[in-house]
Amino acid sequence: MVSTALPAPSRRSTRTWTNRLLGRQPIGLVFGAPYAVFIAIVFAYPLGLAVWMSFHAYFFTAPGVSVPRPFVGFDNYRAVLGDSDVRQAFLNVLVFLVINVPLTVVLSLVLATALNAAVPLRTFFRVAYYVPYVTASVAVVAVWLFLFSSTGLINRSLGSLAPSPSWLINEHWAMPSIAVFVSWKQLGFFILLYLAALQNVPKELYESATVDGATRWRAFLSVTVPGVRPATTLVVLLSIITGANLFTEPYLLTGGGGPNGKSASPVLLIYQRGIQQNHPDKAAAIGVLLVVGVLLIAGIQQLLERRAAR
Amino acid sequence: MSQTTSTPLPLAKAAAAATSDEPRAATRRRWSVWRLVALLLGALVFLFPFYYMIVASFQKRADTSVGGIIPQAGNLSLHNYVQIDKAIDLGKTLLNSGIFTGGVLLGTVVLGVLAGYALAQLHFRGRGVLFASMLLLQVVPFQLLMIPLYVLIVRDYGLGDSYLGMIAPYAINSTAVFVFRQYFLQLPADLFNAARIDGASELRILRSVALPLVKPAILTATLMTFIGPWNEFLWPFLVTKDHAKQPLAVALANYISTVAASAGNPYGAILAGACVLALPAVALFVAFQRHFTSSNLGSGVKG
Repeated sequence: MVSTALPAPSRRSTRTWTNRLLGRQPIGLVFGAPYAVFIAIVFAYPLGLAVWMSFHAYFFTAPGVSVPRPFVGFDNYRAVLGDSDVRQAFLNVLVFLVINVPLTVVLSLVLATALNAAVPLRTFFRVAYYVPYVTASVAVVAVWLFLFSSTGLINRSLGSLAPSPSWLINEHWAMPSIAVFVSWKQLGFFILLYLAALQNVPKELYESATVDGATRWRAFLSVTVPGVRPATTLVVLLSIITGANLFTEPYLLTGGGGPNGKSASPVLLIYQRGIQQNHPDKAAAIGVLLVVGVLLIAGIQQLLERRAAR
Repeated sequence: MSQTTSTPLPLAKAAAAATSDEPRAATRRRWSVWRLVALLLGALVFLFPFYYMIVASFQKRADTSVGGIIPQAGNLSLHNYVQIDKAIDLGKTLLNSGIFTGGVLLGTVVLGVLAGYALAQLHFRGRGVLFASMLLLQVVPFQLLMIPLYVLIVRDYGLGDSYLGMIAPYAINSTAVFVFRQYFLQLPADLFNAARIDGASELRILRSVALPLVKPAILTATLMTFIGPWNEFLWPFLVTKDHAKQPLAVALANYISTVAASAGNPYGAILAGACVLALPAVALFVAFQRHFTSSNLGSGVKG
């Protein structure tokens, strides 16, 4: 301390000079550098490359071989949009969202509300609910395949009520089955989100609702639901992103998006077109369209919500 | 409803409460019974597939009848585990899963903590840009980056069938960086200034002042990060074509989609593999469930 006090004037001047250029703690640059490099390599550059690829003719070559990759404008997009498989896959995601989003929001809010009260076995319930969320999709897909196979436990229990052909190979049931599976798997995470949000709903509101003679159901609708609206926005948004990201379920649960592509997802097609069939340019175009679609749906949701809140 | 609120007479209110006390207690009891029934039903729906997975993994012959839910003494064996081990080499694939997950955890805990600390407590040029990119990273989905990352990592850098290629896109978990930053932000800046005046280097401050205070955050973020690579299927599936390098999730998925038909009891073998894949993550979360509560998660999400 004493030694630093002596040459103070000159040191201070150099320090302010570097501080002005690099900030008060330039060491932060060193600490942040690995993460910055990581973002640049596996995020920023690939993001640019994805968009670039979607506007050029691009295919895989042996390493080191350079081939012309001419600019083709919107050709890839035109090809992709003209592809009935791709259109079907986007339609499938809509079917998925129509089932998955309401199911997720309603069930996770109801279970979180129930769990928020002083109930016995609380820890047990919390653990039970997030076990599917922390387990690998591949592992739980295996059980669902077993449960929902033609001669599986579900069909045996249902007897003549079982759909034919069975759930996962039935054109009408394949996508709804995936939607229910994903709702089941993700629900624990969303219950935790809602539990956190419920802590922010003021207790006085419930008290005054009770004094006003409101029933439990009424209090739930007019206190809980508006109270957790920000969380609901987040849950819906994350559900939409999950829906857009579907790959493991159609790949394994319905054997590659079957039957007849009725459960194919855009990401499955990105894999098939891009890597299996060597059309990475078209796959990149599907990816860009998918992200634009997600942003559009999220934007519409925001608009509707703002209007509802007004 | 609005009528009752407009009567400000406390006496009237008290009288109303007194008369409705008896039925209200009854409704409260009825509600708590219903609540418990709903929660129990939910728990059954969540846990039954796991119970069934374990039971069926020990069945000698696949028994899909309703009676098969209860383990039958005559139909129990470890045969399925032997079979899946022969097919996909559980030891090797578990090791691959472990290396993949360990690499990601190491990168996240070392480099992610450094970044989180810098973003929260250090003032340097470019901090705003770094923070903005971190937020952006959470929004742009992986499926858009999948093809270009495949082109770069597998084709250009030749990292196919390598641990590095598997780990690279996950090396630093951005959500964890965000959680670290949130926790470091909660620490008072005076604490750091005091240490700086005492002449401690930033690395020293991080190690002996900041880190001990955010231990719970590290544990939570580590748990969150763990399930990512351990359960991940799509990316390692794209990168590893060589059986010797595949993590368990990929090897099991390939087994499900290709070789299952050749096994005597394909579901038994698949479910045995599923049990092995599920066990580490489930065990970790049950053991550390206190650290994975709504408040911990909330502080990460609320921002």
